[in-house]
Amino acid sequence: MIRFLLRKIAYGLLVLAGINLLTFVLFFQVNTPDDMARMQLGGKRVTAEAIEKWKAERGYDRPLYFNDAETGTARLTNTVFMDSSLRMFVFDFGQADSGRDIASEIQRRAWPSLALAAPTFIVGLGISITLALGLAFFRGTYLDFWGTVVCVVFMSISSLFFIVAGQFVFSRVLQLLPVSGYAGGLEAWRFLLLPIAVGILARLGAETRFNRTLFLEEINKDYVRTARAKGLGEAAVLFGHVLRNALIPILSASVAVIPLLFMGSLITESFFAIPGLGSYLIEAIGAQDFAIVRAMVFVGSVLYIIGLILTDISYSLADPRIRLQ
Amino acid sequence: MPVLLITDVFLWAMLLAVLVYAWRVRRNEPLRRTWALVFRRPVAAVSAVELGFFVCVALLDSVHYRPALPGAAGQALTHAAEPVSLLDQLLAPLVQARERSYSEPLAITAFRKQSVEQDGQVLRDYPRLRFGGAHLQDASMHSADLWQRTALGLGLGALASLVLIGLGLGWAAWRSQQPMAVVSRRWLRGQTVWPWRALALSLSVLLLACGWALVLSQHYHVLGTDRTGNSVLVMALKSIRTALVIGSLTTLVVLPLAMLLGVLAGYLRGWVDEAVQYLYTLLASIPDVLLIAASVLMLQVFIDKNQAFFATGLERADARLFFLCLLLGITSFTGLCRLVRGETLKLRELEYIQSARAFGVSTPRILRLHIVPNLMHLVLINTVMQFSNFVLAEAVLSYVGVGVDPKTASFGVMINTARSELAATPVVWWTLSTAFVFMLLLVLSANLLADAVRDAFDPRMRLGKVPRREAAGQEASA
Repeated sequence: MIRFLLRKIAYGLLVLAGINLLTFVLFFQVNTPDDMARMQLGGKRVTAEAIEKWKAERGYDRPLYFNDAETGTARLTNTVFMDSSLRMFVFDFGQADSGRDIASEIQRRAWPSLALAAPTFIVGLGISITLALGLAFFRGTYLDFWGTVVCVVFMSISSLFFIVAGQFVFSRVLQLLPVSGYAGGLEAWRFLLLPIAVGILARLGAETRFNRTLFLEEINKDYVRTARAKGLGEAAVLFGHVLRNALIPILSASVAVIPLLFMGSLITESFFAIPGLGSYLIEAIGAQDFAIVRAMVFVGSVLYIIGLILTDISYSLADPRIRLQ
Repeated sequence: MPVLLITDVFLWAMLLAVLVYAWRVRRNEPLRRTWALVFRRPVAAVSAVELGFFVCVALLDSVHYRPALPGAAGQALTHAAEPVSLLDQLLAPLVQARERSYSEPLAITAFRKQSVEQDGQVLRDYPRLRFGGAHLQDASMHSADLWQRTALGLGLGALASLVLIGLGLGWAAWRSQQPMAVVSRRWLRGQTVWPWRALALSLSVLLLACGWALVLSQHYHVLGTDRTGNSVLVMALKSIRTALVIGSLTTLVVLPLAMLLGVLAGYLRGWVDEAVQYLYTLLASIPDVLLIAASVLMLQVFIDKNQAFFATGLERADARLFFLCLLLGITSFTGLCRLVRGETLKLRELEYIQSARAFGVSTPRILRLHIVPNLMHLVLINTVMQFSNFVLAEAVLSYVGVGVDPKTASFGVMINTARSELAATPVVWWTLSTAFVFMLLLVLSANLLADAVRDAFDPRMRLGKVPRREAAGQEASA
């Protein structure tokens, strides 16, 4: 177990190194520090000294990959690439263009993101499993047919429409909830209720349909036939046997998503002005602040890799036939 | 003077590829039967009609040329700087009929009050529109005129569909050598092999809608105008091409990449497998939107730096659209690649491939003759399922600001502008509703068609594994 984990973590670090290289090439090769300085300082009428000063402040005045001026290993380490990469791995992301420390900003903003994403995920999963089980119970009837049709219709509606329509109906017409914004502490629920509901609704169609297929696949297995053969009723078969067995793949697959909940949802957060990581990223993209975007790519990848490792573990816990090796 | 944009080339190439595929399906018995299974479902046939309409609009919008400018006789022929498409040409009257600002669908007055000077006094009133209902002398004629034209438009649509149905029935009667009455009765009761009744119904609805829009748009803005007074109908029609380009061109990137890497990894194993797995873990672990956002930002910098490279603004916007497809493809090929690799791993252990190897058949030949054909159903299912996802993704990306060029008409851009309009009082509802309806129709029909394709091509869905209660339901719904 320990060896398996260590190997997975080592592989994860390798992937992270690759991501780091990729983003570095994207951000520094395509778009040289000179370009960045010019864009940040504004326009074309920037003096060379100002650019040099901007670069020196951020340590971008060194060569990108290979420093000829140094000797020994410093030739490789005293470069923009090694410096900014090594710092990433200890979660030191440096400063944003606005002067704030990116790492502490990410820490601060992760909680509103989680407060939005976690309930959306958990309640949404519960509702979609319930609905899917209902459809599976009534399989082959008109209820099932039209239920599936409604699912497809929901899948076909862009999530943007749900957000816009939700804000319009509940905040503008009925005036029940605030349109957008956020408050710390327990007051937050008033701002979170609508985004959570919208987030659940937007994913409901696809998830219900997917879970329904899983249930139907499970229903065709031999043990279900045996259960029926010994005279169990439809409800007992469905809730006692099918549900418990189908939950294994559903929940194991969900484990991969849990770490990513911290990342929040890009669109919902920025529509509802919730100060989470998603809106942080959108603001950074709008302001063309590459340091933030790069840091967020890194954090997102770390969370994804943690999710992968957790998935492997949860599969082996749920199904003893799968051995960790 | 014809102009070829990058996306035009690829869109027409896609059409050609689809036609070649259709021709191959005609000559291949098993494939033909499977596709017949797809189109015997009424839902799939109706979706195909809808999609066909969208594709026609997109193709019309993909023939670009620079129109000749009117000049004095004897002068050398000059061409306009900006290319236009055939669709632009068709919609030219509507494009030129710009209003000053917002107007409701079918309105004859502006949406907001404006100061009008009348007899030396300044009045706040709703001014009449320049184009919408300009032929009416008196505003009280408005509703009567609307009804009259609606009747005319629907009548034209009904006439066209009746003619089509009549021709179709006549053809069917001639083909089957049976009296017209028998054929018609069978058609009306839906007792035909192909879902002709559903097909005719959807075609009629389409024709009715087109007839109505055609007649009314002669004198009104059927779907209203936006903030700068442009017709919303034109925007929606132009957005169709963007959506289809994104949906189909991205596939063009995904397919070769996923097939090549997946098959090689699954068949060759060893270090190739390791490398491919590393690559897709790498790409999958970067959140999609982030990678696209980062790349598009870089792309914008590149385009801005190399302005001279693109002759016109349209070409610049087109290049951005093309690269967006490329990026979307690169970020989303991982799913299909993983699938193809897994399936190849399974296939290579099968006896017929083992024996092919034992006979000394070369690796490329085995891949081409035995592996790839047996993966095609997976690829096809995945492709049609992904199409609608890409269309939806475009809307989200455009909202974030890393989608298509802001000047390109697209559903994402439309929704984005509609957002602020909903906050205004009174509410400007028509831009959002139009984008909603058009997008829903497009994505829904793509999804429904994809479902039918999956059911037909996924053998697990067919061979006896369908539980009895569901089988009964399928008959009932068919």
